[in-house]
Amino acid sequence: MSMYIEMIRVRFLMMLAYRTNYYSGILIYSINIGAYYFLWSAIYGGKEEIQGLSVLQMTTYVAVSWMARAFYFNNIDREIAAEIKDGKVAIEMIRPYNYLGMKTMQALGEGIFRLLFFSVPGLIIVAFIFPISFSASPSTWIFFFLSLVFSFIVNTQINLLTGIMTFFLFNNAGLIRAKRVVIDLFSGLLLPISFYPGWAQDLMTYLPFQAISYVPSMIFTEGFAGQEITNAILLQAVWVLILLIPIRLLWALAKKQLIVQGG
Amino acid sequence: MNVIEVQNLRKEFKSYSSRAGLSGAFRDLFTRNYKIHAAVDNISLNVKQGEMVGYIGENGAGKSTTIKMLTGILTPTSGSILVNGMNPHKQREEFVRTIGVVFGQRSQLWWDIAVQESFRLLKKVYRVSDEEYNRHMGHVIETLEIGPLLDKPVRKLSLGQRMRCELAAALIHNPPLLFLDEPTIGLDVLVKLKIREFLKEINEQYKTTILLTTHDLTDIEALCERVVLLDEGKIIYDGKLNQLQAHAVEGKQVEFEFLAEMTRSGLPDIKYVQWEQKDATTWLAYIDGDEQLVSQLISTIVQKNPIKNVRINEISTEEIVRRIYEEGMALS
Repeated sequence: MSMYIEMIRVRFLMMLAYRTNYYSGILIYSINIGAYYFLWSAIYGGKEEIQGLSVLQMTTYVAVSWMARAFYFNNIDREIAAEIKDGKVAIEMIRPYNYLGMKTMQALGEGIFRLLFFSVPGLIIVAFIFPISFSASPSTWIFFFLSLVFSFIVNTQINLLTGIMTFFLFNNAGLIRAKRVVIDLFSGLLLPISFYPGWAQDLMTYLPFQAISYVPSMIFTEGFAGQEITNAILLQAVWVLILLIPIRLLWALAKKQLIVQGG
Repeated sequence: MNVIEVQNLRKEFKSYSSRAGLSGAFRDLFTRNYKIHAAVDNISLNVKQGEMVGYIGENGAGKSTTIKMLTGILTPTSGSILVNGMNPHKQREEFVRTIGVVFGQRSQLWWDIAVQESFRLLKKVYRVSDEEYNRHMGHVIETLEIGPLLDKPVRKLSLGQRMRCELAAALIHNPPLLFLDEPTIGLDVLVKLKIREFLKEINEQYKTTILLTTHDLTDIEALCERVVLLDEGKIIYDGKLNQLQAHAVEGKQVEFEFLAEMTRSGLPDIKYVQWEQKDATTWLAYIDGDEQLVSQLISTIVQKNPIKNVRINEISTEEIVRRIYEEGMALS
């Protein structure tokens, strides 16, 4: 266990090694939040609410979903792909640990780093500039963090799956990019799921993506209430379990057909 | 006691060949021509504890593939492997605790962080106690002279500095078996000597078994008593290094440097002597015979031609290996 904690620490050090990345990240996120804030205020115009969300809830939704993204978002799919492509995965296979477990820990280290040094200060800055409502109820906060943990797990699982696909495709930059767009679109980051047409909403309930962004953001903005919250979190948990199966299968297959490229 | 036991090991790779031209590329979209190629072809090998074995062969002879199977990275197509009493691929996590690996061409340290942070992580990964770490690694760090490098990020190290750190990293858990895949590639003479000395020392001190692949045969000469020679996936020689020299070399090489330019017609034809021109004034004589013939040749030449320099060359291991590969000579 201590080696996993050590890995999180190492990841912190790695994040700190590149300061420019860190600062430019804050800037990009602020710009994104600002752009969506103005876009949504224009769409709302004089209207009180659209699809059951008020303007205030909507801006909070935008700010929170971007800040949550800083936590659950990671590049381990690209890292796995790069490690497979240049043969570094060979080094990982001679270490006495589970490669995917270690990758997940690296992602977690990155996530916690961004949450503490990126989301929290970022959200405070944003709260000064834009009107955002923070819930006073502690249960909302607890449910929010719980669902945030699940959204991290689901997103990481999808990243692991995409990364493992490199074992079979050898070059899957296209797949990784497609996955990113699909997640941004179908997870509710750009547009709350309730804004989609009925048939699309139906389709999305069968996909794991809304467990990533829509659920924690809706809980935070109190768009979900009572039973809806527990149902949404349960749904996230179910997706975590379902996604374990293809990861296990593909990983077993990948190990068998591992070809170390180059040298 | 055998540390490595390998029987009839074989690894096949499936590769495809691309068809020529644009229409060929379109056809490749649908069907591909696959070829099966055996990188390692039925090799059997036993290594005892405390041995230092040199594993040599040309590029693509299957050295790295063998090492990757022995370390559990690749699954063999067929055959059995038992290393440290375990099956490397099946019992991977338990097995890799008992080995150390250095790949000369890949870094196993984390690129962006200081060397000591990598060491600290590896110490946790291998569950080495503080006390054990300080005792063992203190010595390693001192011998390899990497103390001043520990707080630098890996990307700022020179190749020689990095290689010494890599070696130290592979030894954090003091493994009884060490695989080195081209550990001295691209290093200068001083670093090479330091690494060799260090390897000898840990071999004596801990009875560490070392399997080494390299293109630099002076490494092998300095370290290994036993060599395994590989060609196209097959073992063509397995035995003592000095025996290889004795078997392969009969005869000597004499280098004549003349004062004036010399042509072949100016040199005598002697039985069992072959001439090869090096440059305008220098000729090499390959003599397939004993010392008598050598002195006879030298006296004949010296009487006739003014000479600047004569040198009798011992044939190096490199030369032997080159001949073995060029002539396809199989030794037993």
